[in-house]
Amino acid sequence: MEWMVWTLPTTLFFSFIGAMLAGMTVWEVVQPTVERKGFLPISTTRGDRLFIGLLSAAYLHLLVVGFTPLSIWWALAGSALWLLVLIRWG
Amino acid sequence: MNKVYDNKAWLLILPMLALVAFSAIIPLMTVVNYSVQDVFDANTRFFTGTEWFVQMLNDPTLQSALLRQFAFSLTVLCIQVPLGIGIALLMPKKGWQASAVLILVTLPLLIPWNVVGSIWQIFTRGDIGLMGWGLRELGYEYNITRSTVDAWGTIIIMDVWHWTPLIALLCYSGLRSIPEAYYQAARIDRASRWAVFRYIQLPKLTNVLVIGVLLRFMHSFMIYAEPFVLTGGGPGSSTTFLSQSLTTMAIGQQDLGPSAAFSLIYFLIILLVSWVFYTAIMNMQKDKEGGA
Repeated sequence: MEWMVWTLPTTLFFSFIGAMLAGMTVWEVVQPTVERKGFLPISTTRGDRLFIGLLSAAYLHLLVVGFTPLSIWWALAGSALWLLVLIRWG
Repeated sequence: MNKVYDNKAWLLILPMLALVAFSAIIPLMTVVNYSVQDVFDANTRFFTGTEWFVQMLNDPTLQSALLRQFAFSLTVLCIQVPLGIGIALLMPKKGWQASAVLILVTLPLLIPWNVVGSIWQIFTRGDIGLMGWGLRELGYEYNITRSTVDAWGTIIIMDVWHWTPLIALLCYSGLRSIPEAYYQAARIDRASRWAVFRYIQLPKLTNVLVIGVLLRFMHSFMIYAEPFVLTGGGPGSSTTFLSQSLTTMAIGQQDLGPSAAFSLIYFLIILLVSWVFYTAIMNMQKDKEGGA
């Protein structure tokens, strides 16, 4: 795997994404998702909300890193919070 | 509605997933790895964190290439979609004419990108090209290597020529799938030609148009070979689109880190636009079904 030039942060990143997908699978088996409408303008399933959360997290990170002097950890914290809100009330 | 979903069917896509893992997911992960490092050779690399992303996001050349890219994609979509629908409406419906017209319309789609670029490169030359020479004879100083307007106009016409057939074909198949009964009902109601188009044909075309617009957006957003061959990105950098800036960086200058960061941003833009578009259309359809 050395050709993929892994670093610790990217390993953690992908492990976490992988764990999230595995977790969602288990959750789905235990308690299947119901499509519903929260504060988002469209009705979504749990997986939709995770996707929206991850995509907006990517953009939030880019915004924070590229155009503000803030640390990337703020973006990470904000994204995590946003993801939770989205999964629960989105 | 009590539909029971058998999720075991998902297991059947495992082979495809394995294939996609090798062709797309693993390479993408590698790109992510590159984007946070400065890689010199197989043994020398440094962790740079977010440095490349900061640099790429604030690079004025890339920012203008991005704006140019959006301008280009929107322009070709605005021309190709109405034009494609129009052509599809005019195409004969049966007999040998239908087959003949289908083949004629499809021809540009069969030509490889590089060849399209070369064809137009020759076509627009002032000395031997039909269009270049013709326009000059008519008194217009046509020169795609010097005039930005000429270069842009030519690239857009080239893309319209190359890809409108795709929209036309999709719409043609969509139109063919409308049952004759709809038209009979319209005739009984003495509906105008416009009403038939607006309330029968256009709604039935939504599905194929979604696919068409998505494909065309992604294609045009990633356009590379045609402008590269035709204008080389010039005059100046007026037709240097995103993928060409990326290639210059990744292949020309071997800046793997910055170009990986840039690729990821590029990927995120395409992902977002495609997702927004897909979701919007799918919801439109859901509302329609719910209302009916």
